[in-house]
Amino acid sequence: MSPLELFEWLGNTPWSIALLESLWVYPIVETTHVLTLCLFLGLIATLDLRLVGLTLRRVPVSEVAGRLLPWALGGFALMAVSGLLLFYSHPVRAYENIFFRIKIVMLVLAGLNAFVFHTTVYRRVTDWDRAPIAPLRARVAGYLSLVLWCGVVVGGRMQAYNWFN
Amino acid sequence: MSLLPLFEWSGQSAVGIAMSGSIWMFPVIQCLHLLALAILGGTVLVVDLRLLGLGLRHQPVSQLAHDTQPWLVGSLLVMLATGVLLLTSETLRVYYSPPFWWKMQFLLLAMLFTFTVRQKVVRSDAARIPPLLGRLVAVVSLSLWFGVGFSGRWIAFY
Repeated sequence: MSPLELFEWLGNTPWSIALLESLWVYPIVETTHVLTLCLFLGLIATLDLRLVGLTLRRVPVSEVAGRLLPWALGGFALMAVSGLLLFYSHPVRAYENIFFRIKIVMLVLAGLNAFVFHTTVYRRVTDWDRAPIAPLRARVAGYLSLVLWCGVVVGGRMQAYNWFN
Repeated sequence: MSLLPLFEWSGQSAVGIAMSGSIWMFPVIQCLHLLALAILGGTVLVVDLRLLGLGLRHQPVSQLAHDTQPWLVGSLLVMLATGVLLLTSETLRVYYSPPFWWKMQFLLLAMLFTFTVRQKVVRSDAARIPPLLGRLVAVVSLSLWFGVGFSGRWIAFY
């Protein structure tokens, strides 16, 4: 079974059609997905901006990460659930959309960037916790995270358009 | 007085015509509106969570508010500028959309509250903010901004 056949089957399941055609549930899921940007990306961006020295320079990096990331992860869970529901409501339209594909690639890269940051330079955070501007590798991770998450948002928004299908 | 003539005028202005005449202007401006939303929401949350005794609770409220202020003001300005541009591209549809008017009322209240009551509370000496007052300010702030975002999203539906 090709991915396209799988998504065609998925999009024809009764719950998928019901979700797409629902008067209230679909708009509520979409609103949740958009507003969770504040909780998820807003707090991730706060950490990124702290790493590059553009905000909260007097707060230790480990405190920003330790106290805000749990909230951001909660936001990510909401994002993932609402995003999966949106995908489930129109899988073929999403799968064939170039902006959706760009979004997924950016999402994977953002995840990899976070993984590399936390398993390398962040392990030695005690050495640079109070530095107003983090060391180069942490700054690169911060800038990459900002750029990649912006790409995810832009890809997600542009997914409404099928210019290149 | 009806605001309809103002809406019609902005839709027929050079900016309005440029916005509605281009296929990519609207989505590009909307992406900027969304990115600024994330920053605005994040800076509001950092301070409001702190007022609730959550998040960065080991830091003084006044310091967090002071350090995030440029991002709050900057992202709000980007939201207002991009919001006006989005408005000019579909003035009449927006004029007859109830969620748009809810959003404008929430926005007016949210900005008034943020730059008067909330500003005064978060700038005062941490020891002098009664915890209950801080919590109340955070709940009002989060509710008003939620109202702005929620009704903003629903302009697309009604």
